[in-house]
Amino acid sequence: MRYLPKSPSERREMLEAIGAASVDQLFQSVPEKFRLREPLPLPGPLSEVEIIQYFQARAAENARGYTSFLGAGVYSHLRSVVTDALVQRGEFLTSYTPYQAEFAQGTLTAIFEFQTLMCQLTGQEVANASMYDGSTALTEAVLMAERLTSRHHVLIACSVHPEYRQVLATYAKNLGLTIEEIGYSSSGQVDRAALTPEKLAATAAVIVQSPNFFGVLEELPALAESAHAHGALLVTTITEAVSLGIVRPPAEADIVAMEGQALGVPPSFGGPYVGVIATREKFVRQMPGRLAGQTTDAAGRRGFVLTLATREQHIRREKATSNICTNEALYALVATIHLCLLGKEGLREMAAQNLSKARFALAELEKIPGVRRVFSGPTFNEFTLEFQRSVKLINAALLREKIVGPFALGTKYPELTKRALVCVTETIPRAEIERFAAAVRRILETPV
Amino acid sequence: MNPKATETELAADTNVTASRHVSRNEGLIFEKSASGKRGMEIPPLDVPAVDPATALGRDFLRDSIEGFPEVSEIEVIRHFTRISSWNYAIDLGMYPLGSCTMKYNPRVNEFVARLDGLGTEHPQQPAEASQGCLRILDDLQKCLLAITGMDAATLQPAAGAQGELTGLLMIRAYLESQGNPRKKVLIPDSAHGTNPASVVIAGYEVQNIKSNERGQIDTDHLREFVSGDVAALMLTNPSTLGVFEERIAEIAAILHQRGALVYMDGANMNALAGITRPGDFGVDVMHLNLHKTFSTPHGGGGPGAGPVMVKKILEPFLPVPVVVRKENGQYALDQNRPQAIGRVRAYCGNFGVLLRALAYTLAYGPGIRQATEDAVVNANYIRKHLEDSFDLPYNLPSMHEVVFSDARQKKHGVNTIDIAKRLIDYGFHPYTTAFPLIVPGAMMIEPTESESKEECDLFISAMRAIAEEAESNPELVKTAPHSTRVGRLDEVAAARKPILRWKP
Repeated sequence: MRYLPKSPSERREMLEAIGAASVDQLFQSVPEKFRLREPLPLPGPLSEVEIIQYFQARAAENARGYTSFLGAGVYSHLRSVVTDALVQRGEFLTSYTPYQAEFAQGTLTAIFEFQTLMCQLTGQEVANASMYDGSTALTEAVLMAERLTSRHHVLIACSVHPEYRQVLATYAKNLGLTIEEIGYSSSGQVDRAALTPEKLAATAAVIVQSPNFFGVLEELPALAESAHAHGALLVTTITEAVSLGIVRPPAEADIVAMEGQALGVPPSFGGPYVGVIATREKFVRQMPGRLAGQTTDAAGRRGFVLTLATREQHIRREKATSNICTNEALYALVATIHLCLLGKEGLREMAAQNLSKARFALAELEKIPGVRRVFSGPTFNEFTLEFQRSVKLINAALLREKIVGPFALGTKYPELTKRALVCVTETIPRAEIERFAAAVRRILETPV
Repeated sequence: MNPKATETELAADTNVTASRHVSRNEGLIFEKSASGKRGMEIPPLDVPAVDPATALGRDFLRDSIEGFPEVSEIEVIRHFTRISSWNYAIDLGMYPLGSCTMKYNPRVNEFVARLDGLGTEHPQQPAEASQGCLRILDDLQKCLLAITGMDAATLQPAAGAQGELTGLLMIRAYLESQGNPRKKVLIPDSAHGTNPASVVIAGYEVQNIKSNERGQIDTDHLREFVSGDVAALMLTNPSTLGVFEERIAEIAAILHQRGALVYMDGANMNALAGITRPGDFGVDVMHLNLHKTFSTPHGGGGPGAGPVMVKKILEPFLPVPVVVRKENGQYALDQNRPQAIGRVRAYCGNFGVLLRALAYTLAYGPGIRQATEDAVVNANYIRKHLEDSFDLPYNLPSMHEVVFSDARQKKHGVNTIDIAKRLIDYGFHPYTTAFPLIVPGAMMIEPTESESKEECDLFISAMRAIAEEAESNPELVKTAPHSTRVGRLDEVAAARKPILRWKP
């Protein structure tokens, strides 16, 4: 087997040195009746080329070559080949969590840079590296708010990603944390009238997403002000981090839980991605996840170490801030390299292109009879439309034209049937936007 | 480069850095930044440009990001290549971190994960346009069930710790459906720290149980603890000492008699694959760490994946969605499962990690047993050759790892961390220090099957040399490493006044 570096005679030699008559002798502590007699019924073994053929066949069964107008938490953006070339260096790819700092300065330096970039993007003072994804980052941020306020109730906008809310509910269920959902107004923003002083005074945090699941930006400064006036925290989640290239950062929020996928991580059918929590310096000891800090060696040279580990499970066990151990370090590195390449101007330009492309698509689609914009609030690269027909039927017809249609909101919001969330990033050429609009027009014109 | 610096000056003061090429003293990327540079260009906009201030309103606009990097492509390449050279890696040599299973990460797995049609797919695209992804998930599930002898699986958890939580939530949901979720989960004192942390999030109390003098679960002691309040026992098998729980069947029976379940932390599955199946020895729920046993790269701290395998009785409680194959042969995601615990992560989990684990499993097929055997041979070979130099606190048959202690070296003032740091000077990554907690001064060594006899021999000679140094020149060991770019770093100062980001 090509991955195993021993010859049959070396195996014999090693067994002799151990003093074992056979390899079976090394497994004598496994009770006889539990030892497998037959080889496992597994497919393979496959050579390298057969493995490639298997996966190429699977790739052909997917939406390869389709144009997609799906966003809803996962975004396709341009990325440079440089990113993959660098993260595939064995020194990054095949190294462990940097507990032995002197032998892991590469990873630690990159983590420190990632933390800095995340602070710059979010307008927050500290950021961790990292959480599993946006959904678990949000859940951990909410648990953190509960610890900080000693309040055990939270208000969450139902315009937060539905799957994020599901994850929060799963975690909260056995922890005595209750969750109340807040509706949305005609702008698509959280219904501020529902955030009454009585409710705010009893809540650990107000939780919103911006841009929210309908694509609409929330008015974070005003939300922060009303939460703070009643001793509650503002927790903000971001699924489309490219928006931060032009959109005002959530500096007023107390905790930001971000999905970093849009920052150079491929969609990859849902993961791996990279979650981040960013917050105020004074809250850092209640923040879960790994942190790299700057220090020096005996000669005064700058170096980096994992720090404030007394928050973490390997030290504190059942008293830890979280059970997280393995995180998404390699994808934090992907985001770091991608943002360094893109740079200050590139990120801004990418964000501005998303805005322009989405506005162009909106205008094209709004021209179609039977298509109407739903929410009046400001949007970035996603917007909600109402169609005269079922989104499911429209999407089925689009799929036949190699177009992955917009996200059908009715599956998660029964009151929003016939509404769909359209996403347009810089990766979609104008001609494809026009082909999409023409297809939608044709589908809507076709008699049922 | 300072032209005045001479070789003599450099030799006289090794701390002079200004006169060396920056490749030896790379700064942070922010320190290289200069206004107007960039490392990536995007095609020109092909639709009318929208003015952000008009489109969003001034209140929603941001100023340019102060201090954000502005560097060219070559500078990015050099920066990250230079800092990468300050890391140790499996690709450079043996990485004997006990319990972490640092094995070879096959390159073909990286290649297939990036194929157009796999890396590019959106998790919410329709099932009919995701058949390839769904089949990959289904094929992997079948392989993992065959290896573990369990009945049903979820691939959603993003890492081992999340797998633990998922399994515990399923135990809780099952017991609730029986009328009483119970209060406590028993955890041996040798367990990973994630175990108790996960128990708390599942809403249970942790009851620690002591290992016996053999480092194993004391069944008499266990019997006393298993009351009607106990939901489950969480055990690692082989234990963190690398020793198989010989009385596993009896342990499972004790729990099952009182209506409690057995959770197995599969962190050490690298000792069992192809040899024995947890499903056969009484385990009800377990997780696997695909970034350990199944070779997906650790990447400096993740990503991982922590699939959970369960017995039939727990299947209704699997998190949503569940991959199913319909009668027409099409794959689909089943969201409609009324008894499900909910969802622990968005989408179907770390698909890119799951895909790599399948590629690994397909490469071995039934031959995965050979990998397990080689891993156990390596651990025992190293043990045999180091027994004379280091203290072995538990003299029990080792499986895939061996745990020594620093008891002999301590007499000379040298502890496990010193020895670990000195290993760096010999070109090896340190073993796991100070874990498991039941061994004071633990030195936990797991070579994995990826090491040749030659590499094992080199490691053995390094360790023996350090044992000698600990007696003849303890100061040399205590001040190690001496060969790295930076020496031992001041962790106390880092924690006292944390500097967690660069500032202009």
